[in-house]
Amino acid sequence: MANMRRAGAVMAFATSAALLLAACSSDGGDTEPEGSDSPDTEETEESMEPVTLTWWHNATAGDNGQNDLGDYWQSVADAFTAENPHVTIEIEQIQNEDLQRTRIPLALQSGDAPDLFQAWGGGELATQVQSGYLMDLTDVLADDISRLGGGVAPWQYEGSTYGLPFQFGVEGIWYRESLFEEAGITEEPSTMAELNDAVAALKDAGIEPIAVGAADGWPAAHWWYNFALRSCPQDVISTAGTTFDFSDQCWVDAGEQLEELIGTEPFNSGYISTVAQTGATSSAGLVATGEAAMELMGHWNVFVYEGFTDGTDEGIQALHDDLGWFPMPATEGGAGDPTAALGGGDGFACYVDAPPECAEFLAFIVSDENQAGAAEAAGILPVAPAAADSVTNPVLVELSQVAGNAAYVQLWLDTSFGTNVGGAMNDGIVNIFAGTGNAQDVVDLMTAAALTQ
Amino acid sequence: MTALEASGTGKGPAADVIAPAAGSHPVTPATSNSRRDNRRKWIEIAIFVGPALIVFLTFVVFPMVMAARYSLYKWDSRQPFELAEFIGFDNYTRALIGGTDPETQEIFWKAYAEPFWNAVGNNFQIIALSMLIQLPVAMIVALVLNRRFRGRSGVRLIIFAPYVLAEVTAGLMWMMLLDPRGPITTMVQSIGLPVPSQGWLEDPTWGFWTFFFIVSWKYIGLAIILFLAGLAGVPQELQEAASIDGASWWQVQWRINIPLIGPTVRVWAFLSIIGSIQLFDMAWVLNKGGSTGQYSTIATLMVDIGTQRNDGGYASALAIIMFIFSMTAALIYMGLIMRRDNTSSPTGKSKIKKGV
Repeated sequence: MANMRRAGAVMAFATSAALLLAACSSDGGDTEPEGSDSPDTEETEESMEPVTLTWWHNATAGDNGQNDLGDYWQSVADAFTAENPHVTIEIEQIQNEDLQRTRIPLALQSGDAPDLFQAWGGGELATQVQSGYLMDLTDVLADDISRLGGGVAPWQYEGSTYGLPFQFGVEGIWYRESLFEEAGITEEPSTMAELNDAVAALKDAGIEPIAVGAADGWPAAHWWYNFALRSCPQDVISTAGTTFDFSDQCWVDAGEQLEELIGTEPFNSGYISTVAQTGATSSAGLVATGEAAMELMGHWNVFVYEGFTDGTDEGIQALHDDLGWFPMPATEGGAGDPTAALGGGDGFACYVDAPPECAEFLAFIVSDENQAGAAEAAGILPVAPAAADSVTNPVLVELSQVAGNAAYVQLWLDTSFGTNVGGAMNDGIVNIFAGTGNAQDVVDLMTAAALTQ
Repeated sequence: MTALEASGTGKGPAADVIAPAAGSHPVTPATSNSRRDNRRKWIEIAIFVGPALIVFLTFVVFPMVMAARYSLYKWDSRQPFELAEFIGFDNYTRALIGGTDPETQEIFWKAYAEPFWNAVGNNFQIIALSMLIQLPVAMIVALVLNRRFRGRSGVRLIIFAPYVLAEVTAGLMWMMLLDPRGPITTMVQSIGLPVPSQGWLEDPTWGFWTFFFIVSWKYIGLAIILFLAGLAGVPQELQEAASIDGASWWQVQWRINIPLIGPTVRVWAFLSIIGSIQLFDMAWVLNKGGSTGQYSTIATLMVDIGTQRNDGGYASALAIIMFIFSMTAALIYMGLIMRRDNTSSPTGKSKIKKGV
């Protein structure tokens, strides 16, 4: 999924670490819900009966052991407990893919779910709501929902709100300014023609123009998403996640535009074998080490790049000084708004049987102060408008401005369509990259998957 | 399979016991004694077979029955099963022929049947290649290692090492070695040979062969050790007698050693076939069967559909299809090829015959 954001999480080791975590936490997982599920917490209204909240989030430590966001969440939990002494909060940090694909679905199905857990919005949230797993927060948190504004939309289903985001960002192209300079590129490309020129200039200078981690699927797929965003009218693309109607020609056009781009050979050599974040030969590693000039990625990638520095302040500063960002260039023609942007975020949702304190704590997490605090401590991109000033990283500031000025922000298409259609779409797009499929195949695969669900 | 056999033979003697006991009733006056014996036997059987039977029923038969049931439904595996919709054999026809609806058959073929048959093809290619490549190579290595020479046990250890390594460890190791900018690429380039343009594992044509190489590297050690064990059981006198009669080393191998380890080879081939049909770990670790399915197997496809795409019904149908494949392969193999080995052994077969 697009939210594979754990900065510098070397998958190989993250997987084993996650296994360890899962192993260590399994006893915790068995015992914790007993406290939260015990009838006394549900029946009593506002009494001071002790309540235990279990909280699963994806802020795990990177390979240098740093876990800014995880530490910050712990401090938020401590602060909430200080204000509400009867509430105990038990946190489990679980590696992102493990959490999303295995732990949460299984926990929800077994009825032994954590009270508060990570929610990525879109099709997945819709499935959870249909299954009756999530607490309706529409009325209890009405104030917070209006305070956070339009960013909440992906966590809403049929007019009701089932989760609140703590961060939301858009994607664009990250690049190394020094490599652009070396190739004689003076301006950030704003159209596809300019991007093609930049690619040609970089190739002439012997630099790999664009890195893409196609082995992971989704990083390659994001190129197609952006072409779809540019060719499809807003109503087609924004309703596709509910109607699953892909008959509009614009979906095929997106694939053809991608084929055209691949035809100019802009991607790093062996891109089908390149992963996104693992090791120095990953797409992020290539950009961070100056082997490749550009990469299309979400807002989290600055942290992934930081993971490839030596970890010192100077090293990180040097990276930031040389790191630029520009939004996805505009294509020629197409019914989509050229300023529209693709984005996604992270939020939390409450389990349907969670004690009412869950909603209170969720509101506390996304309060203006705590959003600002998270932005300062862990560099998240806050959703609360009041916390926007706390973002200091210049690239992230630029990114938030682009998001703010966008005609509309479309949620990542795979998140929006859900795992089944989203997965079929990503597979089809990777086939285009590998040269084993074409633009029509992507649409056929999506249509077929939609018909089976 | 072993569990099945265990329970099968467990029932064998049980049936055996009743017949004589019942038959001897009218003749023997000491009825109480025989009744007590009878009861004791049943208690013994219950104690020894019971736990295994319970485990077998809970963790093998029950999940299998449930999978068969799920495979008849349209079910998003993240949702409670109550929301599933009964669709008959649609999941099966979708995998096998792209569904029965002519309107959607074309896209269903592309989206479901094509990846399925691609995976089946990969499975059977691996079976065929194991017999054609792994078997001769393992045999030659085993015959060579069967001779006495200095450092023989060291060489045996090294050859067996990959098999002992955990699958995930080995997979990650190969992933690093085969990185498009990794050591193997550099090495091959430095001696002036071409490397696959899209990397060893992900290249549409090279991917499968690289994968087969890794699988062979991983499992050939087992074949060699099995063959060596078989060779150790070949009586020394036969070889000596042949040598005295003037047979060359090759003749000794070809006429004496290889025919005599036939049963071992057949058991290995059986394990290899079943293992190839169920091949999963390595393919999954390397990249979930490849980004375009170049080395996907039925098992990786099933897990991908079930856990990544959450199409629980379709994934269950694949599981049942895979079960049918393994079962058929096992039965055919047992019936045609291993029958000889079974009848020649005085235990196994005759006992089962009596039981039935």
